[in-house]
Amino acid sequence: MAVENADKVPSANEYIVHHLTFLSNKEAKGIIDFSVINWDSIFFSALLAVLFAGSFYFAARKASRNTLAAPRGFQSFVELLVEFVDNTVKEVFHGTNKLIAPLALTIFVWVFLFNFMDLVPVDLLPSLAAAGGIHYLKVVPTTDVNVTFALALTVFALTIYYSVKMKGLGGFVSEFTHQPFKANNKIVQTLLIPANLLLELVPFLARPISLSLRLFGNLYAGEMIFLLLALLTLSPGLERLTTVGGWLGIFAHFALGMVWAIFHILVITLQAFIFMMLTIIYLSMAHEHH
Amino acid sequence: MENIAQIQGLTVLAVGIIFGLGALGTAIGFGILGGRFLEGAARQPELTPMLQTKMFIVAAFVDAVAMIGIGFALFFTFANPFLGAVQGG
Repeated sequence: MAVENADKVPSANEYIVHHLTFLSNKEAKGIIDFSVINWDSIFFSALLAVLFAGSFYFAARKASRNTLAAPRGFQSFVELLVEFVDNTVKEVFHGTNKLIAPLALTIFVWVFLFNFMDLVPVDLLPSLAAAGGIHYLKVVPTTDVNVTFALALTVFALTIYYSVKMKGLGGFVSEFTHQPFKANNKIVQTLLIPANLLLELVPFLARPISLSLRLFGNLYAGEMIFLLLALLTLSPGLERLTTVGGWLGIFAHFALGMVWAIFHILVITLQAFIFMMLTIIYLSMAHEHH
Repeated sequence: MENIAQIQGLTVLAVGIIFGLGALGTAIGFGILGGRFLEGAARQPELTPMLQTKMFIVAAFVDAVAMIGIGFALFFTFANPFLGAVQGG
């Protein structure tokens, strides 16, 4: 809890709204405002990217320098992950594109690290930041719709790029205009184009939206429950230790928080795995010919 | 004042409906999914690991729209844009 000079205990609503506010450069005017930048999401995304890339790079260097030595410790963990992603990609994707597996590994580990920030105690990093003068801090990048949409739209752009590359622009367009209704007569084919477009564009556009919002919704709900549990012990100082209600609050917060955190470990891993799986599946659908 | 109370009341109702229907759909979906998995695993126990992986994948799909609904419902609870519009935001 940030203790400012004449601050009282915030009300429940104030506490939650404070923890849901991003560290941005200005107030958003409406739901969509492209001039707003959320510095905390950017900072934590970059920090986790450096952490992931740096540690994996050093493990890879150690692996390639001593190819005869048995891997130990972190290096063996990295090799386990790489093998797991490699097998998953091989099951689903039957082409020769060298980008898919590294992309899948990046998505899996990076999204997992984003989600993992949700397990850090809710007030820990924001109070440290408040001591340093930063009054709003959201540490989980995937609770920012911008981050999840950035990931999903990048995957979407890649599917379009590979579709056009593999099937040509004509083939790509015909995927939307000549399916699912086909006809041998050219005039009937042209008349069926609007129906085909509707039936094909809706799932096609629903994919990046559902990809990003699935991840966002899961993590936002998880963070919200942690915040609501934090309301059980919402007050500065040691006054809580003198009342029975105070002790009940501490005990309940600890017990429920532990239960939810353990369940959340499953959720964060599963969501990162699903994001990776769907990326591989969408990219392999972009590569296949009919 | 009455506008604000009305918006808040209707928002709470909407949030309740979102949570409730999402939970209903998810529960039925998971029940069917889990039941089929158990049937399949009972028929061919050697396929259990593979079926379990696939079950988790499908579970994320069953969960997806309910979770999106929960995300939005919580957003309406704590940062209601309709309330913001009425309060001159």
